[in-house]
Amino acid sequence: MIAFRDRMAREIGFELLVHINQDGVARGINPFVHGSALHTDVMKTEALKQALDHYGFDAAFGGARRDEEKSRAKERVFSFRTANHRWDPKTQRPELWDLYNTRIGQGESIRVFPLSNWTELNVWEYIAAENIPIVPLYFAKPRPVVDRGGMLIMADDDRLPLRPGEVPQMRKVRFRTLGCYPLTGAIESDAETLDDILAEMRAARTSERQGRLIDHDQAGSMEKKKQEGYF
Amino acid sequence: MAAEKDLLRFLTCGSVDDGKSTLIGRLLWDAKLLCDDQIATLEAESRRIGTQGENLDFALLLDGLQAEREQGITIDVAYRFFETATRKFIVADTPGHEQYTRNMATGASTADAAVILVDARKGILTQTRRHSFIVSLLGIRHVVVAVNKMDLVGYDREVFDGIRAAYLDFAKDLGFASITCLPISALKGDNVCAGSAAMPWFDGAPLMTLLETLDARSDAAALPFRMPVQWVCRPNLDFRGFCGTVASGRIAVGDDVVVPASGQVSQVKRIVTFDGDLDRAEAGDAVNLVLADEIDVSRGDTLAETRDRPEHADQFSAKILWMHADPMLPNRKYLIKIGTTVAGAQINRLDCRINVNTFERTAATELALNEVGVCDVAVDQAVSFDPYAVNRGTGRFILIDRYTNATVGCGMIEHALRRATNVHWHPETVDKRARAVLKGQKPCVLWFTGLSGSGKSTIANLLEQRLHALGRHTTILDGDNVRHGLNRDLGFTDADRVENIRRVGEVSKLMVDAGLITLVAFISPFRSERQMARELLGEDEFFEVFVDTPLEVCRSRDPKGLYAKAFAGQIPNFTGVGSPYEAPETPDLRLDGNAQATANAEAVVNMLREKGIL
Repeated sequence: MIAFRDRMAREIGFELLVHINQDGVARGINPFVHGSALHTDVMKTEALKQALDHYGFDAAFGGARRDEEKSRAKERVFSFRTANHRWDPKTQRPELWDLYNTRIGQGESIRVFPLSNWTELNVWEYIAAENIPIVPLYFAKPRPVVDRGGMLIMADDDRLPLRPGEVPQMRKVRFRTLGCYPLTGAIESDAETLDDILAEMRAARTSERQGRLIDHDQAGSMEKKKQEGYF
Repeated sequence: MAAEKDLLRFLTCGSVDDGKSTLIGRLLWDAKLLCDDQIATLEAESRRIGTQGENLDFALLLDGLQAEREQGITIDVAYRFFETATRKFIVADTPGHEQYTRNMATGASTADAAVILVDARKGILTQTRRHSFIVSLLGIRHVVVAVNKMDLVGYDREVFDGIRAAYLDFAKDLGFASITCLPISALKGDNVCAGSAAMPWFDGAPLMTLLETLDARSDAAALPFRMPVQWVCRPNLDFRGFCGTVASGRIAVGDDVVVPASGQVSQVKRIVTFDGDLDRAEAGDAVNLVLADEIDVSRGDTLAETRDRPEHADQFSAKILWMHADPMLPNRKYLIKIGTTVAGAQINRLDCRINVNTFERTAATELALNEVGVCDVAVDQAVSFDPYAVNRGTGRFILIDRYTNATVGCGMIEHALRRATNVHWHPETVDKRARAVLKGQKPCVLWFTGLSGSGKSTIANLLEQRLHALGRHTTILDGDNVRHGLNRDLGFTDADRVENIRRVGEVSKLMVDAGLITLVAFISPFRSERQMARELLGEDEFFEVFVDTPLEVCRSRDPKGLYAKAFAGQIPNFTGVGSPYEAPETPDLRLDGNAQATANAEAVVNMLREKGIL
């Protein structure tokens, strides 16, 4: 994923800014030891807030869609954050027609979700129609995985501490959604091409975020994370 | 994309108990559009917090916010996406309570059709009328009236026929192109995705079939060409293109277009897009138009068809839905966003308020949250538009608060107002500058704001004596004195306070035009109106002087005995007691109200020296 990101930056020629929460690194925050909730908070939410503060961006674009998750279904295309990056779902501005109110006060920022009304299938149809390069992890191939409570976690390097008796097995898998390792589970799949993926998607009986561990921490967990500043 | 299915956007409206969320859940369930993990979650949550006993609670599929799930109501608009063999759908599930009227309007603004739920046991209720009115207000032309809970009235045909007749009667003036009524049971599934064995007397199609076949195609492409210019693209000296999304109509290379702001006409030379040049484009396409001539076009201008031009005016009549807890006050300055223009605007006049439940029109001085009114809107600059009823794409706007940036209202334009068009500025030969030169001074406004009893008038009087002694021509506008004359028709409501300051702002502008140093001593409690006054004048002509005296001090001074009366409840709307005072955040000068008035007057003189007025 990171190699893909760096390659795209080179090919398209955009300036890539990378930020890692050094405080989290120093404290050795790690999903295996500290759990997915704390890891997400420190290494994603906090890191993002640090980067936004550091560069002083007015707006950050994201690819979130309303069909992903129920609290996202309520979010605006232009979604405002306080100076502390908090989202308050109760004071969202009404968003009518295509007249977006883009004004912000001192210190406030906007998360912009232009794909709000796209569905997962729309995204794949668009990738196919426009021939957009994607991360290879989206295509199925045999990969070493361990099964943890129904989640297939990839174990192709030494980052994942194996539990006693756990042996990675080769299974043909792909990722339907890519979050941070190892909080995203793979799915068993034979889809090696875009057409395969589209066919698989049309027949899918599970939703995309099923593979996201963080959504399952507690009821309403996405809404809570978003209030705290998660993308 | 090959063989693209068309998209229908619809909203569902109904109140808490009408079973609206249940209906959408049922649609998705019966059409087998739910995923396994969603079903598993639904089953688990239905057992834990569901309201349907042993059965699935479909409402839980939609109520996404924790507060909604806990209270069992829909607060915000939720969007759901599904697709059948023939069509894609986006459904906006909107709350039904009157206090969420604005949320419903939000959902309605992008919908082509509305499904209005009626409880068969209750028939047409106030809320049915309100929902239908808002749907009509936002320009939705196709309505499906789903008479739900037929299972609870024994699937009785007469109940349905009665509700149907009543609905058609009251909705006849709402301007809908089609109204389809059908009897359903969302809970049991009758007439949702399949017909109903319990209601053989109904021969219409079930809801899903209706939604799949409803001809609600947007006719935007059939309307005259309009494109608000979003951005002027000038990468180098050889290229100048106008980018935007075509709001309505069609355009082809060679077509004439006009810029209504200037009346200049040119022809389309190229239609440039990311994927190369096009011969033609239509509503919804994002394009970059290159014109044959070098004409003046900027962001906010509209490019339009020459034979059928939009209105171009700075005043128009519009229906406004107010969406904020702070009421809409006539003459207060807001920002308007219309097309790609953002400009200052105010409501010149509130013609009437329309009761959303009875459609009755009554006189009003302000609009509260969720209220609808017919208003005369004045924009700081002329803008291009069409009536909303004719062109949904170019006849709409939002209003924004200038301090909080909140979206406070939305509007649907009815027609242009000609009164401004026919009153032209009379050119002056002796102007402000000439008058000032003769007096040998720089005219300006010194705007004293502060609580009653803060010392504004005292300081202003001392200052005027000082300036007079220095040989300056001055005048003073005092709040109490002006209220005895020019403004004696005004009271102390928020609406009247706004008008009070607007008039004084205009008068002080005339005084400055006459070359005078003008001292204004008004409580002027609202930031918005002080800003409005500031904007009437030039950058270096307006100085806000905040006489900062604590309320307790003013109260103990109480020179006119007003605080005593106000605290005794005898004067409603008294600033600082029953009505707010919004202190300036960045005044040009802040005076300590506890200091000597002469020292304060001297501080103003010093400021005037620094600013080069003296």
